[in-house]
Amino acid sequence: MSVEVNIRHAFLGFTLDVAFALPKSGVTALFGASGAGKTTIVSAIAGTFRPQRGRVVIGGRTVLDTAAGIFVPPEQRRAGMVFQDARLFPHMSVRDNLLFGWRRAVAPVDAGAIDRVVTLLGLERLLERRPRMLSGGEKSRVALGRALLSSPEILLLDEPLAALDAQRRAEILPYLERLRDEAGLPMLYVSHALDEVARLADDIVVIKEGRSVHSGSVFDLLTDLELPVLAGAPPVGAVVVATVDKPRDDGLTALAFDGGTLFVSQLSAPTGARLRVRVRAEEIMLALEEPRGISANNILACRVVALAEVGPQADIQLTCGATRLVARITHASARRLELAPGKAVFAVVKSVTVDAPSRACDWP
Amino acid sequence: MDAILTPPESEALLLSLRISFVAVFAALPLAFGAALLLARTRFPGKVLIDGLIHVPLVLPPVAIGFLLLTALGTRGVLGGWLLHTFGIRFVFSWTGAALASAIITFPFQVRAIRLSLEAIDPGLQQAAQTLGAVWWDRLLNVTLPLALPGITAGVVTAFAASLGEFGAIITFVSNIEGETRTLPLAIYTALQAPGGDAEAMRLSLLSIALALIFMTLAEFAQRRARA
Repeated sequence: MSVEVNIRHAFLGFTLDVAFALPKSGVTALFGASGAGKTTIVSAIAGTFRPQRGRVVIGGRTVLDTAAGIFVPPEQRRAGMVFQDARLFPHMSVRDNLLFGWRRAVAPVDAGAIDRVVTLLGLERLLERRPRMLSGGEKSRVALGRALLSSPEILLLDEPLAALDAQRRAEILPYLERLRDEAGLPMLYVSHALDEVARLADDIVVIKEGRSVHSGSVFDLLTDLELPVLAGAPPVGAVVVATVDKPRDDGLTALAFDGGTLFVSQLSAPTGARLRVRVRAEEIMLALEEPRGISANNILACRVVALAEVGPQADIQLTCGATRLVARITHASARRLELAPGKAVFAVVKSVTVDAPSRACDWP
Repeated sequence: MDAILTPPESEALLLSLRISFVAVFAALPLAFGAALLLARTRFPGKVLIDGLIHVPLVLPPVAIGFLLLTALGTRGVLGGWLLHTFGIRFVFSWTGAALASAIITFPFQVRAIRLSLEAIDPGLQQAAQTLGAVWWDRLLNVTLPLALPGITAGVVTAFAASLGEFGAIITFVSNIEGETRTLPLAIYTALQAPGGDAEAMRLSLLSIALALIFMTLAEFAQRRARA
């Protein structure tokens, strides 16, 4: 674990008390409703907020330990922060904003890396502009690049997309995915949007009323029917990590995952590329016998693990090999099929969403 | 210049400019510090400090001149000490005029700078901090450039106000030709002499011209800072 967080702070009528760890690389989502204390946690890691008690370790360096009287100021923590409102310096060009942290970095990345960040985030044509000439999405990208170039040991993203409309959000998400796959940094991504979490995060820490109530892999958590935060939320369904199989000549691409194979319309991704496939709960039909003469390409043999009622609907948790899926069907169907834990079923997957391919890491 | 102004008149003009220049720029770092203190910090007695800084704005300038004379006159406690220890004498000297002007125009500078400091997004400080900038670095590269419009406005306003200062100067450092006789004092002197109306008028017109020049400069500087 490269980042350890343990914070306790009593506010008026609200106590923040969280403990969690982040792996060496990959995105951990800090998930919870507004006012749950997410921003305070991120500020405590960055050092702009000083909790009454706690311990924060970044990359093996203790930057906060109230018991030992250690407080490393934010300017020495090497925690790259991306704020919701971007906070670009209005009196500087985009270029000078990007280089602000780089010029002050203890171990600055080489000049070639600057070009790579500029390319990664698509900033080539914005460099001479002032921040007030940028759109919201462009500002977010510049803020991301600026934090990245300060050679951080951790990237803290405090709802970087919350201020953007759906269209801008869709424009930034691919950049964040590339960053996740290429930067090789631990990233803490604060969000209250489950679809962003499903798309970006590997792990998730659920914050509720100032406490970390659950943490684990996104793949497990998104298919957990018991988890109170997800109940009532629009069903996201499962996230499956799959590998692109050898090319085929029938216009489909085979994606192998732990438990079977999914066929999707031809992708340009090379053989062996790892992809993230999202299977929404409403996109799965269940059958007791293997359906024949059906147009669906994906029929997976599964076993029922658990059932949960959601209003007039029923969520069915399934395992397919080592992979978990969730199907949302009607109550009537669940009763008619006499679904119960342990029962073998066939899942007919109507459609899936494939996210951008992960590329080999070439980040310094 | 001698074609338009008589030698004593141009002397008064140059003296006015010199006194105002020294008054404004000597007080600027202090004014910036005071503005920073008022804009960014909270401490007990802040209201009192704020009030004290603004006192010269409402006090009659003659009163300020009199208080300065009492404190800094050669027989005053502070003035006597300064004279005997450092050989510094403010009374009857142009430096005394600059000191009086600085005190009177100080609130103008603090007000303008404070307003521009308060308009800066405080989040930028945190952003600069997480990017590795220590306090003096943030002050120099974030706060100062962003406060520049306010600093410019403060300097120009204070300069213009300083050019018109009369009561404090004549009370504190008297009306000595070539030493403390600034434009307003020269106008007053002209009015005391029989048939001096013409000269007083010319000096008044000169004051109007000066005021217009500085207002234009201020407007220009503001626009540049905003671009």
